[in-house]
Amino acid sequence: MMDVELLSRLQFAGTIMFHYLFPPLSIGLGLQLFLCELAYVRTGHPAWESAARFWTRVFAVNFAMGVATGIVMEFEFGTNWAAYSRFVGDVFGSALAAEGIFAFFLESGFLAILVFGWDRVGPKMHLFSTLMVFLGSVFSAVWIVIANSWQQTPAGYHIVWQEIQGESVPRAEVTDFWAMVFNPSSVDRLTHTLIGALVLGAFFVASVCSFYLLKQRHEEVARRCLSIALPSALVFTLLAAITGHDSAQKLVETQPAKLAAMEAHFETTDQPTGLYLFGWPDAENETVHFGVRVPWLLSLMVYNDPRKPVPGMDQIPESDRPPVWLPFQMFHLMVSLGTMMIVAAGLACWTWYRKTYQHHCWLMWAIVLMPLAAMTANQAGWITAEVGRQPWIVHPSIQDGVEMMGLRTKDGLSESVTAQQVLSSIVMFAVIYSLLFAVWIFVLNSKIQHGPETMDELAKRKRDRAASKMSERIAHGGTGRGGGLMEDEAG
Amino acid sequence: MSYDTITLVWFFLLGVLLTGYAILDGFDLGVGILHPFIAKTDRERRLVMNSIGPLWDGNEVWLVTFGGALFAAFPNAYATVFSSFYAAFHLLLTCLIGRAVSLEFRSKVHSPAWRRFWDAGFFLSSITAAALLGIAGGNVMGGMQVGPMFQYQGGLLDQLYWYPLLVGALTVSLFALHGAIYLFLKTEDELQQRVRSRILPLFYCFAFLYAAVTLATWVHVPHATETLSRHPWLWIVPVLNALAVLNIPRAMHLGKPGYAFFTSSMVIAALASLFSVAIFPNFVLSTIDPAYSVTLENARSSHQTLITMLWIAMIGMPCVASYTITIYWIFRGKVQLDSNSY
Repeated sequence: MMDVELLSRLQFAGTIMFHYLFPPLSIGLGLQLFLCELAYVRTGHPAWESAARFWTRVFAVNFAMGVATGIVMEFEFGTNWAAYSRFVGDVFGSALAAEGIFAFFLESGFLAILVFGWDRVGPKMHLFSTLMVFLGSVFSAVWIVIANSWQQTPAGYHIVWQEIQGESVPRAEVTDFWAMVFNPSSVDRLTHTLIGALVLGAFFVASVCSFYLLKQRHEEVARRCLSIALPSALVFTLLAAITGHDSAQKLVETQPAKLAAMEAHFETTDQPTGLYLFGWPDAENETVHFGVRVPWLLSLMVYNDPRKPVPGMDQIPESDRPPVWLPFQMFHLMVSLGTMMIVAAGLACWTWYRKTYQHHCWLMWAIVLMPLAAMTANQAGWITAEVGRQPWIVHPSIQDGVEMMGLRTKDGLSESVTAQQVLSSIVMFAVIYSLLFAVWIFVLNSKIQHGPETMDELAKRKRDRAASKMSERIAHGGTGRGGGLMEDEAG
Repeated sequence: MSYDTITLVWFFLLGVLLTGYAILDGFDLGVGILHPFIAKTDRERRLVMNSIGPLWDGNEVWLVTFGGALFAAFPNAYATVFSSFYAAFHLLLTCLIGRAVSLEFRSKVHSPAWRRFWDAGFFLSSITAAALLGIAGGNVMGGMQVGPMFQYQGGLLDQLYWYPLLVGALTVSLFALHGAIYLFLKTEDELQQRVRSRILPLFYCFAFLYAAVTLATWVHVPHATETLSRHPWLWIVPVLNALAVLNIPRAMHLGKPGYAFFTSSMVIAALASLFSVAIFPNFVLSTIDPAYSVTLENARSSHQTLITMLWIAMIGMPCVASYTITIYWIFRGKVQLDSNSY
């Protein structure tokens, strides 16, 4: 029989990875949608309107999935990780509550206008709503990444021993809210995560539009959207590399164990440290099979100095070492996919600039496949970050010279929950999520196959709407030339 | 502000969030419960679903924020409640996911079987969610088997005895009634007449269950009336509540459905207040030994966190109120289908 810890970790990992398919796409697509709509408001061209309406429909399907799977995460802290919730509620809870008040209300409120408001509000108000939904999803990421970063590199708190029923129970309490928010890793992790989302959004739009060009459908809309999506894909992939590099450099101070795991760097020596391009780490024998190593490179990357040795896994007490294989492979997967995306975006932009993009079928097909790479890279990055901090759910830290206790993942569980209960919830999630995933792919595919409306359809719909408004006005006793306008607005 | 005062303030604010959730998501859960009995054709079903289309998502955020605020302000209460309702809350999650995707996916494919599937999903998840909220509330009212160090010692079956089930039936009927009045406001013609014909039977059903739960609480939950007997002026709450209940058919009879909707919202607010008053000063009363109970005092966060959160709430809530009102204003009037509808 499997134990509660393993099952709870599997459940959390599974539900959060499934959830994490959607928010990055919502954030990234949100920006692309906003740019399309901005172009529409600035130029008034119907092709932009058609594009914006189309991306709105795709966005809505994705957003609903993100919302539906996101509530699960909030519940799971309490249902499966009650001991953790008691330990960190004072700190983590306030970030979560801030997310609710500052982000969720904003995005869900303006989402109504974004999706259902096309014919109810003017283009400027609609553009504003799109911006608000985008900002809402960004704020949501901000608070969640802050909460997560605090667990990785805690700051602005102290441990208080509370007397409960004759027992002393520790818990983390905030002493400095802003130090908690801007803990040593928040800003780096946040920028890298957000940019990862923007990369995905840009490639998603570029992918669908390149597909249309290949199939010679909706070419006008596709070309316009590509002129936004390709440059933004290039900018964001480059920024992703820069921010990723920054975060990795910070790791050597804040989370050396994670860095050592990501690089399968087992033994500290006086020599400069090399970097494995790939390999098969074996934590038991503390070696890397089939590894190809570039000398000095890790030292150079981490310290901007090729001679300074990087601390390895042997500096970490044995009981505090994270697993190595998974962070190593996921980190290397993310970096290689990132490099590939920079190359693809660079080539696409270059050919686009030379007006030869459409002559390179292979390049267009490569761009069609890029969202998969971006999605995989996002997931791989997340796995690296989360597995690399084990066995801690809240990392120990030093505050004002005092060493603060952390919380191990195995001590964060709900004591009253049985393996049976967790297993049945995993089965339930597996069934529902598989069904949802199939439906999501199916609906997304049918939206993309259908594509944006043609200019004729758009014009016809506007005529129909005007006509129905006219008949309403007449029905309300107006003249049909605007005489009943006041009544219309009152009704 | 003293530590005890701000603890009370947060207990009150949680009550506000819970009330807001029950009033707002109450009507869209009610619409979900009613739609198979009211809407006959595909067009009518779409009208019914689109009556809550732009609103249900924002309504549900009240629950999410309630959860986050409970986590932050009273972490022990959050941990005990959520881990004791393990199975019930996972089922609730399933329902919330089911509702969201049923609404989103139903009209995406022109196939009767596809639409029947999501119709069934929408109905089942709405009615189960409404019942589970009541069942959880009933258990909290009645007290739970909380042992030392706030650990729940009961099982799933201990949560499914007659009292919580009765409260679950009450919330289903209440939300159905609230949803029916909302639908009456949003629909026209034949569909509206059909909605109207359901309101009175739903009202009798609710009134009967309301009386039954009141009686049952009197007998089964003696501590619920303790706060009332200590502060007799609080009797005004149940009295107003009963009057509000009776005002629903009156308002409908007077032909003022907006007033009826306001009244049913007030009934929900009064019931939520009664719930808060009844459990005070505990979050979860232990049926094993009152000393094991999760109380306001042993569940709360640090003074500083409560203050910080109050700042967050004071900055956030006016914003929330302003765009909630804006959105309800933009989507006022009778529901109409257009190219953006579900």
